[in-house]
This record gives sequence, structure tokens and C-alpha cells, in this order.
Amino acid sequence: MERTPGPAGLTGLAVRDAVVRYGATRRRPGSVAVDGVSLDVAAGEIVALLGPSGCGKSSLLRAVAGLEPLAGGSVAFDGEDLAGVPVHRRGFGLLFQDGQLFPHRDVGRNVAYGLEAQGVPRAERAARVAELLADVGLAGYAGRSVATLSGGEKQRVALARALAPRPRLLLLDEPLSALDRRLRERLAVDVRDTLKATGTTAVFVTHDHDEAFTVADRVAVMDAGRLLQVAAPDVLLRAPAGPRVAEFLGLAPGADELVRTDREQVGLRDEDGVGTTTG
Amino acid sequence: MDDHGRGLTPARARASARPGRWGAWLGWGAAVALPLGFLAVFFAWPVVSLVLQGFFRETAAGPALDLSGFAEVLSQDRTWRIVGQTLAQALAGTALAVLLGLPGAYVLYRCRFPGRTLVRGLVTVPFVLPSVVVGVAFRALFAPGGLLGWAHLEESFAGIVLALVFFNYAVVVRTVGGLWERLDPRAEQAARALGATPWRAFRTVTLPALGPAIASAAAVVFLFCATAFGVVLVLGGLRYGTIETEIWTRTTQFLDLRSAAVLSVLQLVVVTGALVVSSRARARRERALHLTSDRVSAHRLRWRSAADLLPALATLVVVAGLLVLPMAGLVTRSLRAPDGSWGLDNYVALGTTGGRNALSVTVWEALGNSLRTAAWAALVAVVVGGLVALVVSRRPRRAGLRRGVGVLDAVFMLPLGVSAVTVGFGFLITLDRPLGLDVDLRTSGALVPIAQAVVAIPLVVRTMLPVLRAIDPRLREAAATLGAAPGRVLRTVDGPLGARSLGLAIGFAFAVSLGEFGATAFLARPDTATLPVVVYRLIGRPGAENYGMALAASVVLALLTATVMMVAERLRGDRPGGEF
Amino acid sequence: MRTRTTGRTTGRTTGRTTARATARTTAVAGAVALLPLLAACGGSAADDAGDAPGTVTLVTHDSFAVSDEVLAAFEEESGLTVEQVAPGDAGTLVNQLVLTKDAPLGDAVFGVDNTYASRAVEAGVFEAYQPADLDPQVAALAPDDLAGTLTPVDRGDVCLNLDDGWFEEHDVAPPTTLEDLTKPAYRDLTVVTNPATSSPGLAFLLATVGAFGSDGWQDYWADLRDNGLKVAESWEDAYYVDFSGAGEGGERPIALSYATSPAFTVSDDGTSSTTSAMLGTCFRQVEYAGVLAGAENPEGARALVDFLTTQEFQADVPGQMYMYPADPDVELPAEWEQFAPLADEPFEVAPADVAAHRDEWIQQWTTTVVG
Repeated sequence: MERTPGPAGLTGLAVRDAVVRYGATRRRPGSVAVDGVSLDVAAGEIVALLGPSGCGKSSLLRAVAGLEPLAGGSVAFDGEDLAGVPVHRRGFGLLFQDGQLFPHRDVGRNVAYGLEAQGVPRAERAARVAELLADVGLAGYAGRSVATLSGGEKQRVALARALAPRPRLLLLDEPLSALDRRLRERLAVDVRDTLKATGTTAVFVTHDHDEAFTVADRVAVMDAGRLLQVAAPDVLLRAPAGPRVAEFLGLAPGADELVRTDREQVGLRDEDGVGTTTG
Repeated sequence: MDDHGRGLTPARARASARPGRWGAWLGWGAAVALPLGFLAVFFAWPVVSLVLQGFFRETAAGPALDLSGFAEVLSQDRTWRIVGQTLAQALAGTALAVLLGLPGAYVLYRCRFPGRTLVRGLVTVPFVLPSVVVGVAFRALFAPGGLLGWAHLEESFAGIVLALVFFNYAVVVRTVGGLWERLDPRAEQAARALGATPWRAFRTVTLPALGPAIASAAAVVFLFCATAFGVVLVLGGLRYGTIETEIWTRTTQFLDLRSAAVLSVLQLVVVTGALVVSSRARARRERALHLTSDRVSAHRLRWRSAADLLPALATLVVVAGLLVLPMAGLVTRSLRAPDGSWGLDNYVALGTTGGRNALSVTVWEALGNSLRTAAWAALVAVVVGGLVALVVSRRPRRAGLRRGVGVLDAVFMLPLGVSAVTVGFGFLITLDRPLGLDVDLRTSGALVPIAQAVVAIPLVVRTMLPVLRAIDPRLREAAATLGAAPGRVLRTVDGPLGARSLGLAIGFAFAVSLGEFGATAFLARPDTATLPVVVYRLIGRPGAENYGMALAASVVLALLTATVMMVAERLRGDRPGGEF
Repeated sequence: MRTRTTGRTTGRTTGRTTARATARTTAVAGAVALLPLLAACGGSAADDAGDAPGTVTLVTHDSFAVSDEVLAAFEEESGLTVEQVAPGDAGTLVNQLVLTKDAPLGDAVFGVDNTYASRAVEAGVFEAYQPADLDPQVAALAPDDLAGTLTPVDRGDVCLNLDDGWFEEHDVAPPTTLEDLTKPAYRDLTVVTNPATSSPGLAFLLATVGAFGSDGWQDYWADLRDNGLKVAESWEDAYYVDFSGAGEGGERPIALSYATSPAFTVSDDGTSSTTSAMLGTCFRQVEYAGVLAGAENPEGARALVDFLTTQEFQADVPGQMYMYPADPDVELPAEWEQFAPLADEPFEVAPADVAAHRDEWIQQWTTTVVG
């Protein structure tokens, strides 16, 4: 249970000792999915939640969104506790792994959904939809049916839809996991660019460390319901906080490996302690 | 990050959450209360009163528990003969329908051939025909001058079973076929590759995989056969009856309401048992369907291979001999005038009240009555049934609420179990002074459409519920995270997606109400008779003129019902599984 | 930002098609929802059971008939329009009256007969009424428990009818007594009607009760059943479908009907009839008329009952309904004396016994004959 004070203190997301349970009834307590996690995300920051399947990262995300009840702990944003605030009033966007586009609406009306809920007038809605579709590289798709889109296109539309109502926090639940590798790599860059361009605070859940390193400013490694380490990608690679973290990052001791991303080349220390690092 | 200021800060959100919560509770409360109230007054109360009539007797000191009615009825040989006939009919009908339906499912859902859609449609038509029409068609077929007159099947057990199979063939074909077409063919191919003959591969690989669908279809067919009323009334004569026709006979002929009540209780027991089995089988089938792929796999019909040819031949015989023949026979026979010549005399005669004053209204007037009552019934059924489907499709988080929803699901399915005859009979004896009000509901024209609505509601729910349940809950979650309050989510997500099934639900309710006979027979008065009741009266009167009119009226009713169903199916598109 | 183009253009309209389909569904749903409202406007008038002023509804059994001139004369004189409702045979009629007694099917009833009447009277179906100037001889036809409540209109004998032509053709001596029917010589030749629904059927059942006593009649019926008896649902079925003497293709030469039926198979020259009645098998039947309790037009109903006892109507009865009018002064058709006489000694069962045991007897009959 690591307490990591966020760089900006009170603004942004503040999760304290969150506990989420599954399958609890009156007779049995159920199993624990999230076991006392504390995490801070500063305004404008992108934090990745990295961990293997079943470690509780999606449950934590859903708890932050308000879709799962907290069995303990608290979630606050900009200093205000969100206990009792229903999902539709939190101002948090959520992007699912399979997009969850509304099948009965076309692309434009999907993106406009959040704006309709906010009561934005039609002309303004149309302008914003066009702007967002251009941002995600799907200019002119507004009239298309969602059934004709490819997987990557669907996720872009979902991203545009989530961003349209200007959420104060965007939660992304393994949005790229259903796509093939090459697409994933390309979209990871695009997602980060879009988020940074719009200045959106985001929590990005993934089980792929390449993706986490590409998208996020900081990476929180999670396993079995607990946070193992939260740090910037280069810090993680240089100083993994334990054998479990190292294992998960693919940093098995004694292996020579080069991990490349578009922007950083990070080298790995071999047993002799000699390595090449380029910053 | 520029916020247009339209989002709510958490403090304001919390403050305004409470009135929203109350609004939600009120809305859901009303959505539960309206259907519950309707069913309580128009279903639970008549049925319970009816059942109690079998147990209690009015004495000077008030009602006294009197089980002698039970003893009396259960000690009669006639009762056990009827129960035996009911079960035998149902079992025979189910067995035959499944046996004939399996090759049909294979040919129509696993194979591709030109004209398949047409044959599929043809196969579905019998199911939507009103029961009296089927009875009349088969009576014409079995009559001494009819196409199957040589088989002496008039008023016979075999004849009734054939008519029941005619009705229910489509159930088996669609239910089993719906699962079969989604089964991965590679499993069977793997078995073949391991050296199994086609028959062995079918028996050991495919058949077990189809098990849930076969069980579900068999349970539904059993239920329909055990509660068949119109068909048995027209074809059974004096000797053959089911529990339902016996309730009818004891009420209208012997005026023995007490033993009719006892029989209703017996019927409830039989049907509840069938329902329990059916719902278990259906749950298993739905689970099995879930595990299949979305892809439909069908191969071109291989005329030369015995594995395809034999089922194809069997299906051809069934479709031509059992399905098309009676329908064609009905139409042909209706074009033969009383004097033997061909012409539209019978149809022209529909403007009269029949030979020797068989009816109090002309057949066209009866048609008007039918349309009117069916429209009202469909409206009520869709409103109440839609609310029920909406409530039951919720998956609340709290275990207590979830249990409540489960209870509601079971409660609203009860009308499907109680037969239309029991509903009609219950209305007849209880709704003269409802709730102590000094109003005789039986004089108002309201009871017939309400009874028809009660019969149609379970079908509406079964049509709309799967569609609402199939809405991925994460779709609603996505909508919520985009800022949609629960009311807006209902309107913009559940609404449009659920509305896809609305067309079919309306059509179903309307068609079923048009053809409804069991309850209407008890409640319709001679001057407000509906078309099925009129057909029954005409077929019960001797005279070639009446007989011809009965045939013509049956054709009109069949055409009307089939058209409504076709229009409704058009509005729905395709749905996996062929849910009934 | 890279854009992704696809070659797919086919689905462009699917979104709109789905929306269109939903719109179409809503339109249809709305139309269906409006249907009842439109229908209600046009249909509410037709729904009411004839309660426009000046209309009176007569509820009868299937065999009611009256010539148009006689009825028209009554309608003109009284200013009423007569509507007729016929739920079925007499037994069905009585059952329907009882079942709907709180919401009567009409105003006046004709066709309740002495075998079924007590069931209706006990249920309180009728409002007591008897025409003021009723002939005492006619009034005498009503037993004590019905007097004052119901008015006799006609009478007749329910007897087995024989197709004489058939017996001659097949060179078989026609039967004369009830017992004859159980003999092998007459196997598969008889058709009667179901006493649960048909009043002639019930009358014949009572005849056998009168003939063999309450202990012996069931054995008789068992013998009849074993000898190939056919049971039809109504008199019409038995006479027009099954009876060979009716000239419509029936196969059985012995059928349950009325003593007056032979008068209607008289040859053109009036010298003979192809059918005759077995006068040793008869039961006397009297048909009544009454006013329904809770009728919408009780005055009209009374006028109608009065009409049924007038000379005009009574004179019409023989020709239309094949029954003897209750009024003994009415002239009968000439050939009736020869071909359609009433039985001298019809079987009798005390009305009190009928009232007390009828339902039980019908049940026992059903068990014995039908199973």
C-alpha cells in the first residue's frame, strides 16, 4: 500500500484507501478486488494503471467513475468528496475496451450524446462534433453508421464522444486491447496527443507496458488489488520497486533487452551493471 | 480546461441528487404498480376466486371449507379419462412435433437452397392461425368428402394430434433451427475426420449440443398441446376432450360451476409443472445460445448426399402434406357453394346471419367487433406488458432489489400458465361486482378486450424482454458517464433499442387477440360476438350453408391474422434464437 | 493526425435506415394506438344491447320461428322493433340465462320448457308476469311452481320418429316400444340428442325415467349404447343431418323428434307421410315465455309475452314451429289429425322430481352413455 502524494496537492483526482469488493452478500464478505489503493492524479496529468488481468485495475477505474460502490476509502476531485454523487453528475468520462457506441445512432449523434445531455444548442453541438472528429482523424464521418466502422475507427469515435462534454477526468479502460498490434501502437500515440492537446486529466488502464509507457506521464503498477509502485516510466525501468514489478515490466534479472518507444530509447542494465542509456 | 459551466460541481450535484432520487423512485414505483394492479384485479382475483369456489361452499353461516367438490370430481372416471386424454394428446403431439421438426430445422436453418425464405415463412403461418380456423380446416380435411376422408380420422385421437402438430411444427423448427445455425460446424467436422459416420457424428456431437433447444421447444409444445382448446372443441366431438374443453362443457352444458372450478385447479397444477420445466429449459437454451458465435453457418443443400436428402424429403412431406394441405383444403372447400358449384357464394353469404338464423350478427359485423376488441386488447397488452418488460429487465445492484425483480418476473409470467378458458371463466363468475362497486363489468364491452389483453401480455413480455435484456449494461454506463441522468438513459438508450421489438409485440398482441377463442367464448354475447366465436357457432350448426359460411369466415380470419403477423415481422428484422 | 480511410461505403445509410425503421415502428404503433379511439366513436352505438327506445329483444332457442306478416303486424301495432337473440338449443338457452342473469341477454324469453324451467326459475332469472286475460286452459298447462311466473305458449310430444320408407325398403318391421330399440335387429339405427344441451334430449331421458323408474333407466341406456346409439348435439343435427327421413342424406331411420314432425314429410297429395312417430315413446313438453328480471325494456317485454298468447301468433305456431299451440281453440292444420296426433299416454315424471334430480340424472346419463 503505497501512498504517493501527487505533484499538485489538492487539485485533480485524489483516491484514498479505496476498497472494492465483489460478490458480497449478507452471508459472506466476497472477494476483494481493490485492497486499499491510494492514488493522486494532478490536473492535466495522464496516469497509467498497469497490471496483469484480474489485478483489480478495471474495478478501481469503475469505482472512481461511480459504477461500483466503494467498500471503503474515498474518492475526491478538486478537494470535493464524491461519495453519494451519482455517475452522471461526476463529470468523468469513461472509454470502454469495445467502445460501446450507441448502435441506433450514427457517428455524429454518438459524439453529440454528451452535449445533448448538457443541453448544448444544436449549432454549437454540430460545430463541436466536427471539431472533435477532426481531432481524432475522422473528419467527415459524422453521417456514417457505426456498424460500418473498423475497430480502430470505433475507438476513435468513442474517444471523440468521451471528450465532447469536456470531462474533468477521462477514464480509459483498456481501450486499445481489442485492436491488433500495429494499430495499437499507432493509436497509443494518437491518444496521448489528443489528451495532451485538450489538456484532459486521464487515467489509462492497460496490461501492456509498452502502451503504458507511450501514453502516460506516470505509471502505477498494480497487482492483486494493491499498488506496487507509481513513478515515471524511466524511473520504473531504472529502479523497479521489487521483483514482482520487474517481472511484470519484462525486466527479468539478467536479460539483455532493449525497449523502444517512439520517443525514448531506454536501455537495460545487465548483470555487470554496464548499460547504455540514451535519454 | 474550459468548462462551459454546464457541468455540476460535486456540492451542487449532491444537493440536487435527492429530488432526482425521489423522482426515480416514484417513476419506478408507478411502473411496477400499474401492471401489478392490473394483473391483481383482472387476473389474480378472478383466478383465486375461481379456485376458492372449488374449495369453499356458501352456507348460511358463510363460506365453509368443503373439499367434497374435489372428492366428487376426482372420483369420477370421466375426470381421469379426460386428464389421461389431455396428457396423452400433449405427449403424443410433442413427440411427433419434435420428431418431424428436427429434420425440418436442419433443412431450413442449416442448409441453403433457393426459396428457403419462402418455405420458412410458410412453416410459420400455421402457428399464428387462430385455433378455431385450424379446427375447421382439419374438420374439412377429415370429413367424409374431404381429402383425408378415407382415413376415418373424424373425431379421433390421431386427428387431434395431427392438428396439434400442424400448429406446433414451427415452434420446434424455429427454436432448434435458431440454435443449430449458430453451432460451429467444425465440431461435427472434427468428428467426421475422426472416422465417425454422419449419423454417428450427428448423434454424438450435434444432438447433445442441440439438447437445450430441443428441451425448450418440447416444453413449449407440451404446454400448448395441453392447453389446446379451440382445436379440440371443434375436432373432439363428444368423446375427446381436454381439461379445458371439460371446463367449458361443465360450465355451459351442465352449469356445474363447482366441478369446473375443481378442474381449473387441476389444470393449474398441470400447467404450472409444464411451465417450471419450460422455464428451466429455456434458461439453459439461452445460456447455450450465448456461447455460440454470432456467425450463421449454412451450407448449400447437397441433393446427392443422403445426409441432406433424407431430411429434405421428410421436410417436404411434412410441409406439403401436413401444413399446406389443410390450408389449401380450407381455401378450396370455401370456394364450393352449398349447391356444389364453384364460386364466391360462401363469401357473399358472410353478409347474412347464416342459415336458419344461426347467428345474431352478420359475419362482417362480427369482424368489426373482432377488430375493435383486438385493437383495445393490443393497446392494453403493450402498455402493461411493456412496463413489465422494462421493470423486469433491470439488474439492480442491491441483492434485495434483484430478488424483488426476480419475483416480479415470475409473477408476471403466471398468466401464460393459466389457460385462457380459466381466465374467461373466472371473469364470468367474479367480475359482476368488482371491488364492491355497483357496476356490472360484464355488461360493458370492456371485459372481452381485457381478457384478451391478459392472455396477450405474457407474449408481449416475452417479445420485448429479450431485446431489453440484450442491451449491454455498459451501454447504459457509457451514457451515464456522458452526463445522462437515469431518465435520459431510459429515453435515449433503452427506448430506441427496445422500440425495435415494439412493432413485433404490437403485431403479436393484435393477431393473438384477433384469434383468441378460449376466453372470448365465455364472455362474448351473441350480439357482440367476435369472428372466432362466430366461426365456432357456424361450424356447430348443420346445413351446407352454415358450413360454407364457416369455411369462408375461417379463411377471412386466417388471412387477417397472417397479414398482421407478416407486417409485424417486417418491422422487427432478425433476432437470434427464434424466441417464442 | 493520421486519418484512416476505408473502402466501405455500403453502410452509410444503415444508420439512417435503422432510424427510419424505428420511426416507422413508432408511426405504426401510434396508428394502432389510435385505432381503438376511432373505433370507439363508431362502435359504441353497436355495442349496447338494443336499448334504443322502442326496441325489445326476444331471447329464444334455435327453433323459434314466426312468419314475417304476423311479426310485422305486432311491431306496427305496438310501435316496438323486435330483435331476436338465439344462444342455442333450449338447454343452452337456459344455461346462458342463468349465467348472464345479472346482465340479461334481452328483455323477454321464449323457449324455456317444462324440463328445464325450474333451473331458470330457481336461479331467479325471471320477473313474475302473466298476461291478465290468459285463457285458464292455457294457464293450466303450467305446473304450480311455474304458474304466475311463466306463460305457456305451445306444447308438443317429444317422440322417436321413424323413416317408414327405409323400413319398407330394408324389409324390417319397425319398432313400436322403447324396449324394441335395444334389440339386435335395430342395431346402429337410432339417433337421439344430448340431454345436457337439447330439451328434446332431456325430454326423452325423462320419458325413460318415467318408463323404467329411477332405478332402471340407466340399464336401459346402457343397452341402447351397446346397440350402437348415436348422440347428436342438437335437434337440428339429429333431424337434418342424421335422420334418413328428412331427405338430406342422413343414415339413421330412427331419430328423436316431435310427434308433429311427420306432418312435414307428407306427400304432395296429402295421403301419406314418409315418417311417423312412435307414440309409445313420448314425453309431453310445454314451452313457456317470460319476462327477464333486470330487462332494459320490461314494458316491451310484457307486451311481447302478451303477443305470444294472442290468436294471431298462436295460429301461426303450427306452421312455423311444428308445435301444438297452447290455446286449444286455435284451428290446426288438416293433416295433423291424421299424421301428427298427440300421444294418448305420454310418459310422465312429477315436476318436483324433475326439479330435484334433473342435474343428477343428466350427469348419470353422461357417465353411462358417453363415458
